[in-house]
Amino acid sequence: MEVLFYIAAAVTFLATLRVITHVHPVHALLYLVVALIALALIFYLLGAQFAAALEIIIYGGAIMVLFIFVVMLLGPLAVEQEKSWLTPGTWVGPSVLALVLLGEVGYLIAAGDYLPISGMETRQKGVSIVLYGPYIIGVELASMLLLPGLIGAYHLGRRLSKEPRSC
Amino acid sequence: MLTTHALMLAILLFGLGLVGLLSRRNILYMLLSLEIMLNAASLAFIAGGARWGQVDGEVMFLFILTLAAAEVSVALGIVLQLSYRFHTLDADAFSEMKG
Repeated sequence: MEVLFYIAAAVTFLATLRVITHVHPVHALLYLVVALIALALIFYLLGAQFAAALEIIIYGGAIMVLFIFVVMLLGPLAVEQEKSWLTPGTWVGPSVLALVLLGEVGYLIAAGDYLPISGMETRQKGVSIVLYGPYIIGVELASMLLLPGLIGAYHLGRRLSKEPRSC
Repeated sequence: MLTTHALMLAILLFGLGLVGLLSRRNILYMLLSLEIMLNAASLAFIAGGARWGQVDGEVMFLFILTLAAAEVSVALGIVLQLSYRFHTLDADAFSEMKG
């Protein structure tokens, strides 16, 4: 279990290092997705299964898809550019890191009854009770944050349909 | 022992995000660095929660997740606007405001 943690930590660190040193946005995003999945595995090993699932679904899924949409909207996609993105060499790094993570998850599944579901249930119940008990003001504040976020994103994206102003 | 090393990893990730934020001038990479730093903070909260056996760490993780979602949606709208108006993503080019 400790070895799994250190391998996942090394994968996270290497992938994050590649994110901030890469020049191409799509490749950097690919490495960031790998880093987020490795971080989700670390959350699982620390006993926070629900946080691990949310990390993959919301961070690795929703937020990264938003980033990829914006990267695709920023520049026109030429065929040659797309061909240069899909060369095997660019996929080797993230693939190797993701395969390491896949090996770890396969080991966890093969090892059997690690962190049984019954223990997770009471923990999730505790999270819910605390979230809607002492932290209810935080939930209200989150709703007050999300509504301006929605309106702001709508307002900023709406003007794009008009003629872009030249600088 | 595991949580101590998780905290050290959180410090490392936060440092990487900070270096990326300070060294890159492309505004998209600055946003990515902010995401990395938020992730490091949530890792620190999860490690703290695991260390003391409390669920508060996961609750704070949920709040950080909400904050990141709201922040990214607004910031990416701003990135799109800037790229349409200035035709570049260089953060040094956005210097129209005086003062």
